[in-house]
Amino acid sequence: MIRLDSIERVFQVGNETVHALNNVSLKISQGEYITIMGPSGSGKSTLLNIIGLLDRPDKGFYILDDVNTTDLNDEQQALVRRHKIGFVFQFFHLVPRLTATENIELPLILTGVEPDERKDRVKIALEDFGLADRSKHRPNQLSGGQRQRVAIARATIMEPRVILADEPTGNLDRTSGKEVIEILEKLNKKGIILILVTHDPDIGNRAVRKISMVDGKILDDTLALEFSK
Amino acid sequence: MLINDFVKFALKSLITQRLRSFLTALGIAVGIASVVLLTSLGEGMHRFVLSEFTQFGTNLIGITPGKSTTTGMSGAVISNVRPLSMNDAKALKRIPRVIAVVPVVQGNAQVEAGKRIRRTTVFGVGANAPEVWQIKVASGQFLPDDDPAAARSFAVLGSKLREEMFGRGNPLGQRIRIGGERFRVAGSMESKGQMLGFDLDDAVYIPAAKALSMFNRESLMEIDLLYAEGGDADEVAKYAADLLIARHGKQDFTITTQEQMLEVLDSVLEILTLAVGALGSISLLVGGVGILTIMTIAVNERTAEIGLLRAMGAGRIQILALFIGEAVVLASIGGLAGLMAGAGGAWILGLFVPALPTHTSWFYVVTSEVLAAIIGLLAGVMPARRAAGLNPVEALRAE
Repeated sequence: MIRLDSIERVFQVGNETVHALNNVSLKISQGEYITIMGPSGSGKSTLLNIIGLLDRPDKGFYILDDVNTTDLNDEQQALVRRHKIGFVFQFFHLVPRLTATENIELPLILTGVEPDERKDRVKIALEDFGLADRSKHRPNQLSGGQRQRVAIARATIMEPRVILADEPTGNLDRTSGKEVIEILEKLNKKGIILILVTHDPDIGNRAVRKISMVDGKILDDTLALEFSK
Repeated sequence: MLINDFVKFALKSLITQRLRSFLTALGIAVGIASVVLLTSLGEGMHRFVLSEFTQFGTNLIGITPGKSTTTGMSGAVISNVRPLSMNDAKALKRIPRVIAVVPVVQGNAQVEAGKRIRRTTVFGVGANAPEVWQIKVASGQFLPDDDPAAARSFAVLGSKLREEMFGRGNPLGQRIRIGGERFRVAGSMESKGQMLGFDLDDAVYIPAAKALSMFNRESLMEIDLLYAEGGDADEVAKYAADLLIARHGKQDFTITTQEQMLEVLDSVLEILTLAVGALGSISLLVGGVGILTIMTIAVNERTAEIGLLRAMGAGRIQILALFIGEAVVLASIGGLAGLMAGAGGAWILGLFVPALPTHTSWFYVVTSEVLAAIIGLLAGVMPARRAAGLNPVEALRAE
């Protein structure tokens, strides 16, 4: 469960202060599927970064699974990221010198999981994401869709509670983009919270709960609308 | 993170940048190689000089007449020095742990054998001289242990003197004249070589008592004590001093232990080795700067990767450790290569230039390898701190 309460994030750009997030409150239950849409600079990515504990709010607090994350120090936040949050990026962010297998293995290595267990878990992940015949390939030998599947396999290998996807289809053609979205939705069906930032209204409209943002504020939240009806 | 994975991760990123890692490691390798090679030479020289000085044995104590301190006495009293006598030498033999005592009188005299004449050094010594000075008898035997009052006229020839006087002939039992007096050759010595201008081979050994009368001296020039292996030099020296003070009434002699001499020499040579090692470390320092440069570049290039690792839950400390580890692995590999090159170089040098003494000391080998790792550590710290301090959001944006 995620609860954001009066979150503010301010950036200093030159002489100007930009309110990337302006008094944002949000409640997300376990297993929800949310898309966040809005123009550039509306604060979508900042919101995602704060939920992902990559960024700290200037004001307000953020509770993840009954833990007030704003009280945690840097190393503690890293641990929460490691076990509860999986990131999927627009530019995949695969390590170029590592093979598909090694890229997926990376979070397990950072955690210190024994090699035997790692091997088993990565093998299952490779099969789940249809990458079994690509296990020894490096990122530059993979297609865009395959790269994003490796990235998703990596994001889910630690069995996180939340997947944060920032424009995951932004660099893909329509077919592989659709494929990637379907994979993410399948993961969501298993009970993982899926938060998807996108520009593409077709993708945005697939979710039950749609949030649109403008100027660091939540303009529209379909869930809230349903309640008010 | 498991230590195994840690090293693998570091190695993998180093292997990806093969050429650049090789060149950086080469810098360290050259530094370590020069440290090892130079200290090998220094250590070799150290051993060479020490062995030159210890060829007379290490458990030696020398006693010479006269005290090398200034006293407040007037000139009339100073001349009242009791010389070292044969009886002193005899008394010193009773000190516990002392194995042998050699009274020494040295002079120069003409030696005649048949028609050949040669001026040479004459050592008036006791029967124990070969044992104390570690010279071996080549043929015949050394001087007999006669009572000084009635010493027989035997002489023992140094190897060079034997060759000069008798060529290939057998000198044993031959009569020779030394300083006009008649002696019979009892034996000849093996070659011992020169040391500090003393040629022990171009010399003849006769009983000390005979030498005293030959050179018209009343006293010995030196008494050498040999004490048992494992004995405490200072303790033996103190016994000897007490004994002589009791006999002479005051300390009018000087005691020098071989151990003291060697200690001074040893520390001088040690500093010499350290100094050449320090010279070599300068190039090691340059290698360290190379690592610093390459790690700084690596952090810049891999900013996005650092952001990713942070997003995957790597803490700052882990990032710090990863990059420092990479620098240390790089430096250690270079160090290892340098060790082999340096030690191999010293070995080859010793093989082709045998006159040049080299000895690769394990102390310096281990020290320089540790030094390489430390240099890697230090060179890695700055770039690694930068990596760990990166804002993950901004790092992820870098591409």
